[in-house]
Amino acid sequence: MSEIDEDLRSELQRQGVWVTSMQDLYNWGRRNSIWPLQFGLACCAIEMIATAASRYDIARFGGEVFRPSPRQADLMIVAGTVTKKMAPQIVRLYNQMPDPKYVISMGACAISGGPFKQGYNVLKGIDRYIPVDVYIPGCPPRPEALLHAFMELQRKIDSQKLTGDTKAEHLDPSQPSEFPVPAFGEHDLEPAANPDMFHPPKIERQS
Amino acid sequence: MTLESLDDIKARIEAFVPGASVTIIPNSSPANQPSLLLDNEHAAAVAKFLRDDPTLRLDYCSNVTGVDWLDRKVKKTIKVKKVIDGEEKEVDEMREELVPGYLEAVYHLFSIAHKHGPVVIRMRTANRAEGARLPSLTPIYRSAEFQEREIFDLYGVHFENHPDLRRILMWDEFVDHPMRKDYREPDDYEYEPTPHDDVLEKAKRHYTARPQLDGAENVTAQP
Repeated sequence: MSEIDEDLRSELQRQGVWVTSMQDLYNWGRRNSIWPLQFGLACCAIEMIATAASRYDIARFGGEVFRPSPRQADLMIVAGTVTKKMAPQIVRLYNQMPDPKYVISMGACAISGGPFKQGYNVLKGIDRYIPVDVYIPGCPPRPEALLHAFMELQRKIDSQKLTGDTKAEHLDPSQPSEFPVPAFGEHDLEPAANPDMFHPPKIERQS
Repeated sequence: MTLESLDDIKARIEAFVPGASVTIIPNSSPANQPSLLLDNEHAAAVAKFLRDDPTLRLDYCSNVTGVDWLDRKVKKTIKVKKVIDGEEKEVDEMREELVPGYLEAVYHLFSIAHKHGPVVIRMRTANRAEGARLPSLTPIYRSAEFQEREIFDLYGVHFENHPDLRRILMWDEFVDHPMRKDYREPDDYEYEPTPHDDVLEKAKRHYTARPQLDGAENVTAQP
């Protein structure tokens, strides 16, 4: 599939001929109908609800169809504090979503545990178990921030390739689409993080 | 209707519930909210009296909470008779006394009918060991059910006669009691840019000290 010359394309459009590629058409359709999974975990969910309501209106970006079933959802918005007791259910919901699927980690808690990071029952970030596409800082982030994350995700979808070495992950059969669900242990979740995908930040200094 | 004094309540409890012993626990903090310590054997009967007595009618249990008291040493001055220079004298002597730790459940009772309260009652376990027991007041105050489960979950107090004593916040497989003062969480520290207090202590265990070059940080990653 060869890329179309931009000058030629705009010249053709001036003449009333609209030329596109399969990839552009496919991504255009996908990025304008991202259906989020309908669930919230804490106060961030209230901001998510506000984003869906008329004032901020996520429908402008094609994301208004909050699906109550993971089988029909494209996007998981992890909106709020993930407790260790809830984490296995989140991973299970993610596993039940069909590819292609995306995750927005919304707010300080979903990113790192936030103000509850040192707590005994709060997961220190959902990216210990599932891959996250967009992180939104904030406590809670404003609806504009969620819309910004949504647009970032649309940009990411738009840039995904259908073929070649750099094709999208969901088109690569060697990439996992399901991740192991942590088990309830006697003192902590087991494992405390998926060792294949999560590596705690390391600081390296020049001496 | 104004609430009668705690001394009156204590006296009436001991008159109406045979065998019950009630201790008034003073509170020297600005709240100045003294409470009644019940003996575990008669606690349920006392609670029933507090609920049903026509002048008290404490029909609403608004809050149940747990407290963990560690073993502590109390310094006491005791007058001791000693023979000094062949003469018997009374001398002040400091002695350290070990007060064994216990777990406590605190109930706040109000009266909706008479619009008064709170009356604070407490119960104490014999010790802090695993399986420490208290009588459940859920049969008398239905609203205590979930909060007694929470105390069971976070402090490890077993409430006898509780209808459904299970963990409520942590998962069933969990064995520790996180709100106990000697609880140690799993060691899953990861780098934080500005550790302080307890987190700094954790950071020190995971990072070796390095000579302060810029004065900005005093911990660094292990090679």
